[in-house]
Amino acid sequence: MTSFFDVLIGGVFHASVLFLVAAGLQLVFGVQRIVNLACGSFYALGAYFGITAVNWTSAHGAPPWTFLPVLVGAGILLGAIGPFIERLLRTVYKRDEAFQLLLTFALVLMFQDVLRFFWGANPQQLGNLSMSYGKVALGEVSFPTYNVLVMAASLAIAVALGVFLRRTAYGRVLRATAENREMAEALGADVRGIYAIVFTLGTVLGTVGGALVVPTAAASLDMPVELVVEAFAVVVIGGLGSMRGALAGALVVGLTRALAISFYAELEVLAIYVIVIVVLVARPAGLFGKPVE
Amino acid sequence: MSGRPRYAALVAFVVAAIAVLAIFPRVAQPYYVTLVLPAFAYAIALLGFNLLFGTTGLLSFGHALFVAIGAYAAAVMTSKLGIKSFELILVVAGAVAVIAAVPVALLAVRYVRIFFGILTLAFGMLFHSFLFKFYNLTGGDTGIRVLRPTLLGQDWKELDKTAFLIGPFYYACLVLAVVLGFAMWRIVRSPFGLHLAAIRENARKAEYLGVRVRLFRLIAFLISAFYGAIGGAILAVNTGQADPELAYWTHSGELVFMTVLGGFANFFGPLVGAFTFIFLKSELMGATQYWRFFLGATLAVIVIAFPRGLMGLAGDLWKKAVRR
Repeated sequence: MTSFFDVLIGGVFHASVLFLVAAGLQLVFGVQRIVNLACGSFYALGAYFGITAVNWTSAHGAPPWTFLPVLVGAGILLGAIGPFIERLLRTVYKRDEAFQLLLTFALVLMFQDVLRFFWGANPQQLGNLSMSYGKVALGEVSFPTYNVLVMAASLAIAVALGVFLRRTAYGRVLRATAENREMAEALGADVRGIYAIVFTLGTVLGTVGGALVVPTAAASLDMPVELVVEAFAVVVIGGLGSMRGALAGALVVGLTRALAISFYAELEVLAIYVIVIVVLVARPAGLFGKPVE
Repeated sequence: MSGRPRYAALVAFVVAAIAVLAIFPRVAQPYYVTLVLPAFAYAIALLGFNLLFGTTGLLSFGHALFVAIGAYAAAVMTSKLGIKSFELILVVAGAVAVIAAVPVALLAVRYVRIFFGILTLAFGMLFHSFLFKFYNLTGGDTGIRVLRPTLLGQDWKELDKTAFLIGPFYYACLVLAVVLGFAMWRIVRSPFGLHLAAIRENARKAEYLGVRVRLFRLIAFLISAFYGAIGGAILAVNTGQADPELAYWTHSGELVFMTVLGGFANFFGPLVGAFTFIFLKSELMGATQYWRFFLGATLAVIVIAFPRGLMGLAGDLWKKAVRR
């Protein structure tokens, strides 16, 4: 029973982080119609930079408990690269989506060496900081408080995003732009500004996701390309462009992975992609997506 | 310029290119000759890839799947089954790829645009994780060795590895590339190829005109899988190894990269792209450990400034020169 609970917690923790990255992917696809392969690179950048930031603050005498806000702050700070990359992507907005996809692939290649240049080829770790928050006991099972905090943070971000998109005036303009770019532009929406903001927000979701994962896992150069594989599974299962889909897809992928790893490790990615294909056969647009064509 | 002299010029150009490639091993250093082998392999794979992308308008982001199938077919046959005949390896590799492509294609052709790309990526990663995790069957991350095949029954025992590769194997690959290239040239210009182009331009209109869109997409997919596997088999014999990285999505990305680098709108674009990419990558790897950055930057420049690739650029320069 305890072990099953551990698997469950591990899965949901993984899902919380995946959700953040996938939400960024969905936001950018929903509004800009660009599938961003570089989402994994943002995630890895957040992870590496998070490690550096925590090491730096603790070297300057910050108490251990500050690491969570430092990580989140580091992730948000990295959002500063968003507008520059958006500027680069702006050159291909009117082109075929094959070119957009390829430009983000070029970013993946370039970021791979940016990470190598700044942090070297060896994996980096934060040590066992996640345990400095202690454990939460629930009856006879217990789990790290840090994991619970991350799940809560991810859920809070999900709610905040939902409120932002559904309830605020800017969120409505944003959704209108996603629905019909020309019409929104004709009605006076600042599409350029919206694209810059949306892409930056997508970047921040990725970098914060990456920063939050480093207390529990090492940051390595394989991170960007490996994450893309899972993030894609999430958005396809959930339906491209749907936020609810990102949440559902992240839970499916996170739990599947956790279950597969603990019961039959060979099936890790295989199980995820079998689900992807089953979902696509049964519901071509994904669980929450709009029908294709 | 009327059609016929232009066609004659094209034929002359192609014949000249083949002649250069034929004497290349005699005049160039062995290192550069060994670079041409993967270029042949990718050129063949990309001919197939571009039937889907350039001609039919479907961007596969999982095409490395078929390259990997070809490589593993060569590995399993030479290392595990003791079958060394290269001709047989090619036939089996192609057949296995086509059979494996049937279910993938049946699902994938229901989609277009980005959805097609993501679904093919999913299948590629499915195969990658199978290769990676099922150690007993596939050798896991180290993969399976590929032994030296025989060509037309000859085993070339008197030659060492490099001499075999840049000698008889080089010419076998050249012949394959020419034959498969000519076949693809005919396919693209056949009524079938024109149907595919019609599908790319406007699938709905093509359907109204009686084109069986999904069936034609399916057949194009199977042909491209066949070409991919032939390329993969050559690649595997050249490196002597089949490993899971061949099926990874970044390898698929490289295939797209090469095609766009050369120019997908031109029949010869993928071939030019394959050769340019292999030499560029090898030069960059020799010059800096940050070669990925420069490769990525090259791709970004191509995508942003020269979307029609090197062949498009060459075409523009040619037109300018002729006008003057």
